[in-house]
Amino acid sequence: MKIIVPVKRVVDYNVKIRIKADQSGVELTNVKMSLNPFDEIAVEEAVRMKEKGLAKEVVVVTIGPAVAQDVLRTSMAIGADRGILITTPLPTDLGGLEPLSVAKLLKSIVLKEQPNLVIMGKQSIDDDSNQTGQMLAALLNWPQATFASKIDVNDSKTTATITREIDGGLDVVACALPAIVTTDLRLNTPRYASLPNIMKAKQKPLETIDSGSLGVDTSPRLKMVGLTDPPKRAGGIKVASVDELIAKLKTDAKVI
Amino acid sequence: MSILVIAEHTNTALRPSTLTTITAARKLGDDVVVLVAGKNVSAVADSLLASAGVQKVLVADSPAFEHHLPENMAGFIAEFAKSFTHILAPATAFGKNLLPRVSALIDSQMLSDVTDILGPDTFKRPVYAGNAIATFQSTDAIKVMTIRTTAFDPVTTTEGSTDKNASLEHIDASGIAPAPHTQFLSSELTTSARPELTAAPVVVSGGRGVGSAENFALIEHLADKLGAAVGASRAAVDAGYAPNDCQVGQTGKIVAPSLYIAVGISGAIQHLAGMKDSKVIVAINKDPDAPIFQVADYGLVADLFDAVPEMTGKL
Ligand SMILES: Cc1cc2nc3c(=O)[nH]c(=O)nc-3n(C[C@H](O)[C@H](O)[C@H](O)COP(=O)(O)OP(=O)(O)OC[C@H]3O[C@@H](n4cnc5c(N)ncnc54)[C@H](O)[C@@H]3O)c2cc1C
Ligand SMILES: Nc1ncnc2c1ncn2[C@@H]1O[C@H](COP(=O)(O)O)[C@@H](O)[C@H]1O
Repeated sequence: MKIIVPVKRVVDYNVKIRIKADQSGVELTNVKMSLNPFDEIAVEEAVRMKEKGLAKEVVVVTIGPAVAQDVLRTSMAIGADRGILITTPLPTDLGGLEPLSVAKLLKSIVLKEQPNLVIMGKQSIDDDSNQTGQMLAALLNWPQATFASKIDVNDSKTTATITREIDGGLDVVACALPAIVTTDLRLNTPRYASLPNIMKAKQKPLETIDSGSLGVDTSPRLKMVGLTDPPKRAGGIKVASVDELIAKLKTDAKVI
Repeated sequence: MSILVIAEHTNTALRPSTLTTITAARKLGDDVVVLVAGKNVSAVADSLLASAGVQKVLVADSPAFEHHLPENMAGFIAEFAKSFTHILAPATAFGKNLLPRVSALIDSQMLSDVTDILGPDTFKRPVYAGNAIATFQSTDAIKVMTIRTTAFDPVTTTEGSTDKNASLEHIDASGIAPAPHTQFLSSELTTSARPELTAAPVVVSGGRGVGSAENFALIEHLADKLGAAVGASRAAVDAGYAPNDCQVGQTGKIVAPSLYIAVGISGAIQHLAGMKDSKVIVAINKDPDAPIFQVADYGLVADLFDAVPEMTGKL
């Protein structure tokens, strides 16, 4: 079984972002970038399948600027076998490369690589779209299992049974392979890559493809006409006791 | 302008998320059509007929739609989407699962979690965990979007009223064959007597500070005293103190109650993303420097094991 994991390079989740003065985007210069947390979970899941002998090969793919190859190396340090970097001049967070374009580019890679399973994040933590996996499934006419908290591939590797996190609880679906699965937070806890594995990752194969060569129109459909800070909350107060808190909620805020 | 709203329902009852989505649709125009696709959904369709501003209710009844599998529904919706200018669904697990699949099939770049509608093609949505609000202008002929349910009020329905406003139309869905490659197996829904998290006027949430699943009863008792829903931080859910569908935040549920009480929650940006639009925020935390106090209207620096039982007792 071959698994493809699309991974994205995003502003690290601990960074407090700053909006550029001209509202054209978020300041990315000298900002710590990381592998999108959901994608890290996807890589970990694929690597575990390989370690269990279910998968033979784990291929990670990213679409972004040349520096985005660092998230491929990070993924290979976790245990992915090789990486594909699809370069694009467009920004990948806002006002540039959109989920539909990402899905189209990924489709061309999937058609070429013929994986049995694509595991990807449910959401990028920069654009917060939560679209790409579902779109890729649509374009390929494959089954989709989003928001996975458990994936069981059967022994003959023909189907996967997936537990999905939904609003009221959990759903379980069975998908014939090939299929697209998107990860939720509780699927697994990714490992820390060991130093020897980080060194080894540097030697693993990494192929670079120019997005322009894939015959996909990636021009944006959405024009970002503004980017602003969210409304600020008026500063609150500290109360000294439970009694004061209850009194404030009753008489000032009138919410209880 | 003709606007299609995809209803979220349980086959027997409409979900409140549909009513907020209809409000958003009405901001776009008067020609609002609601599609109820499911199995034996006539009661759901009927409950919509008296909704303010709904022109028509379309019913598509098919066993293939029973579990809302996008594999079965997306192609069907994409087919007749072509006669609409806008396709809307709530930004819930249901809408997030289904709508991107529809959007790709009609080659439209959808917008997720729309919080404001500025015009027929201009929309606001939060990005970067709500730390920035982006305004987008869509150039696609058919605009597809999920609606953040906390950003709009539910439309009024006159339940039981006889003067139904909307017309009812049945669409023949008998020819829809279930996709052979995906099978729904089972559902495990948490049942609770408490109000639903995303619709409750009061939410009491517990974090890692609560310390154990047993201690989480403290949060539940306070919630019950207030008629509130129970929420949790990711740390509390991961540690098994609360079920996963209680998670509030960037990647959990978005809530905006009149009163949100955060207990033993530090206030990471991913948590704030899910609750900072609440009207009044209370934080109970023993660390005076916890970031949650920066968004709290009323902060109480205290040990939760003292403060929460005291508060429950005094209410
Ligand atoms: C991709 C991604 C997505 C995420 N999505 C979400 C999300 O949707 N929702 C979410 O909540 N988190 C999310 N997180 C996690 C988030 O970053 C934080 O780790 C999490 O919110 C912390 O939870 P907490 O506040 O309960 O725990 P902590 O940060 O550990 O805080 C515990 C707090 O309890 C207080 N405390 C301890 N004991 C007591 C006591 N006896 N009395 C009073 N106070 C006490 C402490 O002072 C502390 O402030 C996400 C993270 C990532 C990377
Ligand atoms: N530029 C990209 N390169 C590779 N994978 C991506 C890219 N953008 C999105 N993805 C994948 O799609 C998932 C969902 O992203 P989104 O739809 O943007 O929220 C991510 O978690 C990644 O797995």
